[in-house]
Amino acid sequence: MSKLSEEKPNVKTLPIAGIIFVPGSAKEYNTGSFRNQRPILDAKKCTKCGMCWVYCPDGAIYLNSDKVYEINLKYCKGCGICAEECAPKAIKMVDEEE
Amino acid sequence: MVLSKRIAIECSHAASLAAKLANVDVIAAYPITPQTHIVERLAEYVANGELDAEYINVESEHSAMSACIGASATGARVYTSTAGQGLALMHEMLFIAAGNRLPIVMGVANRSLSPNLNIWGDHSDMMASRDCGWIQIYAENAQEVFDHTIQAFKIAEDERVLLPVAVCFDGFHVTHVIEPLIALDQEEVDRFLPKHRKAAYRLTPDQPSTWGSVASPDIQTELKVQNEWALNASKDVILEVWREFGDLFGRYYAPLEAYRLEDAEAAILISGGFAGTGRMAVDKMRKEGKKIGLIKLRLYRPFPIQEVREVLSGVRSVAVVDRAISAGGLGGPVYGDIRNILYDVKDRPAVLSFIAGLGGRDITVKDFIRIGDRALEAASAEGGEHKVEFIQVRM
Amino acid sequence: MAAQAFRSIRDIPLEEYFTSGHRACQGCGETIAVRHILKAAGPDVIVITATGCLEVTSTPYPYTAWAVPWYHVAFENSAAVASGVEAALKTLMRKKLIPDKKIHVVCFAGDGATADIGLQALSGALERGHDFLYVCLDNEAYMNTGIQRSSSTPYGAWTTTSPPGKVKPAGQMTYKKDLPTIFAAHGIPYVATATVSYPLDLINKAKKGLEVNGPAYLHIYTPCPAGWRFPSEKTIQVSRIGVQTGVFILYEVEDGQFRLTVKIGRRKPVTEYLKTQGRFRHLSDKEIDVIQKYVDERCAKFGLPPVEAST
Repeated sequence: MSKLSEEKPNVKTLPIAGIIFVPGSAKEYNTGSFRNQRPILDAKKCTKCGMCWVYCPDGAIYLNSDKVYEINLKYCKGCGICAEECAPKAIKMVDEEE
Repeated sequence: MVLSKRIAIECSHAASLAAKLANVDVIAAYPITPQTHIVERLAEYVANGELDAEYINVESEHSAMSACIGASATGARVYTSTAGQGLALMHEMLFIAAGNRLPIVMGVANRSLSPNLNIWGDHSDMMASRDCGWIQIYAENAQEVFDHTIQAFKIAEDERVLLPVAVCFDGFHVTHVIEPLIALDQEEVDRFLPKHRKAAYRLTPDQPSTWGSVASPDIQTELKVQNEWALNASKDVILEVWREFGDLFGRYYAPLEAYRLEDAEAAILISGGFAGTGRMAVDKMRKEGKKIGLIKLRLYRPFPIQEVREVLSGVRSVAVVDRAISAGGLGGPVYGDIRNILYDVKDRPAVLSFIAGLGGRDITVKDFIRIGDRALEAASAEGGEHKVEFIQVRM
Repeated sequence: MAAQAFRSIRDIPLEEYFTSGHRACQGCGETIAVRHILKAAGPDVIVITATGCLEVTSTPYPYTAWAVPWYHVAFENSAAVASGVEAALKTLMRKKLIPDKKIHVVCFAGDGATADIGLQALSGALERGHDFLYVCLDNEAYMNTGIQRSSSTPYGAWTTTSPPGKVKPAGQMTYKKDLPTIFAAHGIPYVATATVSYPLDLINKAKKGLEVNGPAYLHIYTPCPAGWRFPSEKTIQVSRIGVQTGVFILYEVEDGQFRLTVKIGRRKPVTEYLKTQGRFRHLSDKEIDVIQKYVDERCAKFGLPPVEAST
């Protein structure tokens, strides 16, 4: 999970009105745990069209520093949209091990 | 040099004038008798440039409070007013305004709740929403409507408070009467109330924050308790603001106002405009040698527990006059609060409940005398239960 | 009104203002739309979201997927809250209490929040002409509470409150409320429909809506794997076939001028769309014919080609 959910604020430490003052704090949460299948991206077949990045509901696909598309398994829920929409079929869904 | 001017003004317009002098930024306006005059006067001020504010002609009271919430969260100073059904329609939003710690100020022209359709005054509207977490203050006349509205912004915006304030006043019996008002000058108001609100937290891209998230059972209790603490703690700030106002302008306010209570055996307790009639009755009874006084309850939430216990410590009975029914309970809502906080007091006075003035029905001097006599009877009686009495009802 | 169009995928900004880590279902259509609308808006935005899937899955305390200022007040009033936010920004900038720079005000609300409980608040806000963008994320039911029908649920759909049975064979027995037409009738400067399978069309419409001076309404068809009953990887496909069958018509109304933005050459029969989703599984030929007729009438009205015969 994440350390955020372990902190339980009391009446004094709870931010006023329950406001969350940390934008994007959801990034601490591991939604990859939702998966029962994961995408494998074959960079050789990838034409860098970017559609997987466009369609990912979780923003789990990104261009890494080498300008290659990569899938962030911390967030990927294994929905399979990227594999389904990949025109050159560079992405394949495989079962999660375990 | 005294800048204030003594003018004659309709009480509802006194509220508008106060909001104008408070330099509000956003007004949400929706018509409902008997508060409509408040928003109408504000519309004129904005249209002719006397007040620089955004005037939102919302399409319902629920949207009025919603717009106030949005504007206040963005950092604006906000005002709206409503009554009766309008307040009831806002009910859902009232909790959010308070729970999100938004310093909204609202004028409530207390009006009877339907059914049937009754545009006249009683306290059933605010009493039905009394648990919403707002600070609630009852005004008796034009001066109080004016003063309390201006004070409300200062109280609400205080960093130790950050809670919305409802300034309540009786529909028609207060809203529509023309009374003398010592109207503060803009310069005077500016000495008391900062010209602009300084919001510590607000919706801004400079510091993105998330308001109104989902709170699981793990968090909700702490949130509710935190807000309850804030409401209770606001009393000290209210007293401070009233003291400062008094020091500046010579009019001092307190949670309660005692009238001829010094050697009283019995007291009548009431909120709002009818306290005036009550005092007339007290004067008449005093002429006959009856030892009776009147207490006007000004601050309703947070309930001034200490002050009520102190003021009642000398009397043997108190007749609480409610302009509302607390359906299915025992007695009126204010009666319930009074009896509740007196339960643990040793040698507490007898507490009687009278329900009067529903739906705009007048409470006459004679009515108050009857109430006073009943209170005096109870003062000399040895205990005994007092049935809830409805005044002037054709049974 | 010169909106810089996004001409290709490359033009879409990389920055995510709706972050990963939200708890939406696998394959959620709403979140795809939201990511791109926020990219069109940039960081200078205040977002108001109505109660619903998006709100609940993006902000379980203390987690928030919003990297922009965000407010959830209640279910029916996001447009009224937005009115207040917009008015406050206007006044505070006019009084020079906050810097005078463009801050977009954007509402996200579901179909239940827009077509039903929030219709009044939105109508009011549009009439008053507030400068904001209202986005209806239409997954055609009250999904967050477990798939109950809304007035945006199409004829023939199964939902838990419109289940098909002997007495009500179609399931949902009434027709989808035409929200874009209703809001176009308010005479606002910009109304558009979009869907997730045409992302450039979607993001450009969002940009237009944001740039316009006054209220803009964007209606996004966002397929829902959980509620429409299809495998999570098919979200874009379902959205696409919806357009190709004329069930979702993509157009814009700019200053009263209607324009189809996605033209289809040959319109596929509606069965191609219905068969992709379990929520239509119960339909007999009788109901399918009714649906085809309904879609045909709408397509004729909006200028789409007639349906090509099924093969």
